[in-house]
Amino acid sequence: MNSAWLTTLGLLPLLGALLVSVLPEKNALLVKRIAFGTTLVVAAVAIAMATRFQRDNVNFQFVETHQWIPSLGIKYAVGLDGISLVLILLSVLLAPIVILAGWNESLGGRWSVKTFYILMLVLETMMIGVFASTDVFLFYVFFEAMLIPVYFLIGGYGTGARSAAAVKFLLYSLFGGLLMLASIIALYVLSGDQGGHTFDINVLSHLHMSPMSENMLFLGFFIAFAIKAPVWPFHTWLPDAAESATPGTSVLLLGVLDKVGTFGMIRYCLTLFPHATKTFTPVILVLAVISIIYGAFLAIGQTDFKRLIAFTSISHFGFITMGIFAMTSQGQSGATLYMFNHGFSTAALFLVAGWMSSRRGSSKIADFGGLQRVTPVMAWVFFFAGMSSLALPGLSSFVSEFLVLVGTYTRYPVAAVIGAFGIVLAALYILIPVQRALHGPVTEGNENLLDLNLREKVAIAPVVAVILILGFYPSPLLQVINPASVHSIAKVGFSDPLSSIEKAGK
Amino acid sequence: MTTFLAPTLSYSLLAPILIVLGGAVLGVMAEAFLSRAVRPAVQLSITLGSLVLALAQLWRIRHAASLTAAMGSVAIDGPAILLQGSILIIAILGVFLIADQDHFTTLAAALPGSPEERESQQSGQRLTEVYPLTLFAVAGMLLFPIATDLVTLFVALEVLSLPLYLMAGLSRRRRLLSQEAALKYFLLGAFSSAFFLFGAAFLYGYSGSLSLSGIHTAIEASPGNQVFLFIGVAFLSIGLLFKVSAVPFHAWTPDVYQGAPTPVTAFMAAATKIAAFGAMLRIFYTALANGYWQWRPFLTVIAIITMLFGAVVAIAQRDVKRMLAYSSIAHAGFLLTGILALNKAGLDATIFYLFAYGIATIGAFGIVTLVRDSSGEVTDLNRWAGLGKRSPFIATVFAFLLLAFAGIPLTSGFIGKFSIFSAAYESGNRAVVVVGVLSSAIAAFFYIRVIVLMFFTDPVEDGTGVVIPSILTRATIVVSFVITIFLGVFPSPVLNLITSTATFIR
Repeated sequence: MNSAWLTTLGLLPLLGALLVSVLPEKNALLVKRIAFGTTLVVAAVAIAMATRFQRDNVNFQFVETHQWIPSLGIKYAVGLDGISLVLILLSVLLAPIVILAGWNESLGGRWSVKTFYILMLVLETMMIGVFASTDVFLFYVFFEAMLIPVYFLIGGYGTGARSAAAVKFLLYSLFGGLLMLASIIALYVLSGDQGGHTFDINVLSHLHMSPMSENMLFLGFFIAFAIKAPVWPFHTWLPDAAESATPGTSVLLLGVLDKVGTFGMIRYCLTLFPHATKTFTPVILVLAVISIIYGAFLAIGQTDFKRLIAFTSISHFGFITMGIFAMTSQGQSGATLYMFNHGFSTAALFLVAGWMSSRRGSSKIADFGGLQRVTPVMAWVFFFAGMSSLALPGLSSFVSEFLVLVGTYTRYPVAAVIGAFGIVLAALYILIPVQRALHGPVTEGNENLLDLNLREKVAIAPVVAVILILGFYPSPLLQVINPASVHSIAKVGFSDPLSSIEKAGK
Repeated sequence: MTTFLAPTLSYSLLAPILIVLGGAVLGVMAEAFLSRAVRPAVQLSITLGSLVLALAQLWRIRHAASLTAAMGSVAIDGPAILLQGSILIIAILGVFLIADQDHFTTLAAALPGSPEERESQQSGQRLTEVYPLTLFAVAGMLLFPIATDLVTLFVALEVLSLPLYLMAGLSRRRRLLSQEAALKYFLLGAFSSAFFLFGAAFLYGYSGSLSLSGIHTAIEASPGNQVFLFIGVAFLSIGLLFKVSAVPFHAWTPDVYQGAPTPVTAFMAAATKIAAFGAMLRIFYTALANGYWQWRPFLTVIAIITMLFGAVVAIAQRDVKRMLAYSSIAHAGFLLTGILALNKAGLDATIFYLFAYGIATIGAFGIVTLVRDSSGEVTDLNRWAGLGKRSPFIATVFAFLLLAFAGIPLTSGFIGKFSIFSAAYESGNRAVVVVGVLSSAIAAFFYIRVIVLMFFTDPVEDGTGVVIPSILTRATIVVSFVITIFLGVFPSPVLNLITSTATFIR
């Protein structure tokens, strides 16, 4: 049975891009409206699809399969489980917010407004595709092809050393991608030896491999995802890219694109290479813990808002990676929920930081001071976003961070304990800039800043709402995520450790 | 007394070559007897006419399989038809570029800077010997991959090389550079031909036969002196590796690519590679397959250093033609992995790669011919800065072709790379695959640098611009662009065609 939901969802932004491309260059407003409208429609369709998702069914849903390149065993195959559904929702919800919030960010670019929105919409298609594909080859195609629009978005519309940042981003990602390609080639050949060439993830997860080759192939995938996520020591491209990109692009970059890395770890590393996963788990947990602490320390030292947010994200990606490789269903669910929540809290931080820096003409923390008096709404939203980033109880990130730590502690207590220090450091890296930029006397140059206008308020309101609602009531998402998490843990051959009460009962 | 038997020739099977040779002879006649005013048009129609006719004849005999077409010295089989078809298609596109006679000197025999040269330039009358030369070269190229004995191979090699030596020296501007290139190409080419002949002699000494099937039988029976076989294979390979510009026999490539008139470079880069790799495929797959332990180790080493060297040195290039030359060296390394694979998948992948690469190459050089200032082509990469602003369409197509060279998904280059590396992996040659993937990552760097230059750098006002292409040049660029996309997105028809027809007969 083929369901057309996912293909429709993926094609809609492309149609929007096509429509934008035939509009007159002069009419920038119309271009923006069409692009915004398209992303709204996509979000609506995605929500309609999500309501039909059966929570307890662990198989892929909304499956659609067509032959694409039969001679190489390549199919166009898409489908969703709980984890990919959540990430697709994240992508399509952030897209309209980003467009509305960054209504004028296409103006300072090398190219026209039109090109900006075409790139944005094409990127949205790629984001949907990369999460929806269940054919490894198709995933790889989206994984690589989505670099191109981002590359032009950073290099064409960013600020500062934008082209250098764009090139660094692209080369890092291509390098990782090519390592993954080597592994994919090996999988292809192995599948050919064991019953016919295919890239179907369900078939590939039952391949027989020697431990040596399984480990090598795992590394090919993992390094690609670790660069994407990014996990220390593969992170150096992110701060540059985030600093140079427009706020909207940064939101999509950190909020969605980097999640492809952590998503890939769950979907590909764990399911395809269960034994290698077990072998490498200790090493990866160490890297994750280093990321948490290292990212947090460097964030404290940053003088630039955008770089600060980038380093906080590295710390948060450490938490996500730790949750994934904790091999408990709480850890995994927490990690997936974290991906969603991090998307929204980063969006809030980056959008407000973007508004602040476009008003002030600088994103240096030292240039701000006393914003609370001049622009109270903006200051409070930033404060709120910061609180969400440091996982204040009652806000959404708290739930996920808590789940990750609980899930990790039951199996790897040391990692969890060290990781927990990340929370303390988070208080520092958020509160120091909040104090310097928002509180205290109004410093020179900040007296005449304007507060958020109606458009900006409308754009940020849903983000704030999502953060609040999921902070108190995360179960709609968790109910979708949990079955998939249990399923993916079971595939690796783990089940949740028994609690001491349960142990005593036996 | 032996009686002389008239050779039986199967004219319909040889017709594609004969038509091209006939066209060439007709071209020489036209050059001698027609008035200069009408010559260019007549020559162009003769050349295109015979190429198209040859292609049509090839289509008629597409299902043929024969070893006796010319007394056992050529084989008409699936790979032969596919390679000849690719060469003819590339040649037609190449002639489209050559038709822009502005690139060629009006009187090749005149010394640079001599009064004769000035006179012929002022009179506006030109010699058009490049057309028959092209046809002679094409005839040699058509014969090279189908020849099944060493003497025919050598004759084909010379027939394809000699016209190319001359054509390399025909440039109108920077004539000394062009003539130096021609001389260099000739001297080194003559050297390599001698090596080829020397190797052929040793193989004859080893097997007592000049035919590929005779050598195959001899290796299977394994009598004789293995040292003779080794020396024979080594020297024969040197002759072939020179033509495909593998390291360390590549030294001519950058100079000749740079010095030759760009349309000739385009034709040469694309078509010679197909012919030479076609011949290599036939020799190594049919004659030497069973002696693979004699040649696989050193060919593996050569493939590895070719890939790495081409990719690394290309980074340092400041001239677009030299950069493409080193890129072609890297691609020669990738193609060698297909020869090394020595399996059906390797054969199919190599043929596909050759076609895809040839088409993209001719398009890329076609674009190089368009970027000019008042004194001719501008090949200095720094002056390509900001091309994306001046002529977005041309720059976009060039960027796309570069991405195809880099092997980004949804381009023909990716499918080619994927299939050729998976064939090599299947043969168990993993080191080659890993190096191949790594050098692809290095290669991506310089392709992307050009994209950065074109799109992310502000143009310098120094008179560099894109001329409006003639209809034929435009056709070449558009065809190359369309085929490159098509082979990237829907490669199935071509892959199926190759898989179903490409089988060598001995």
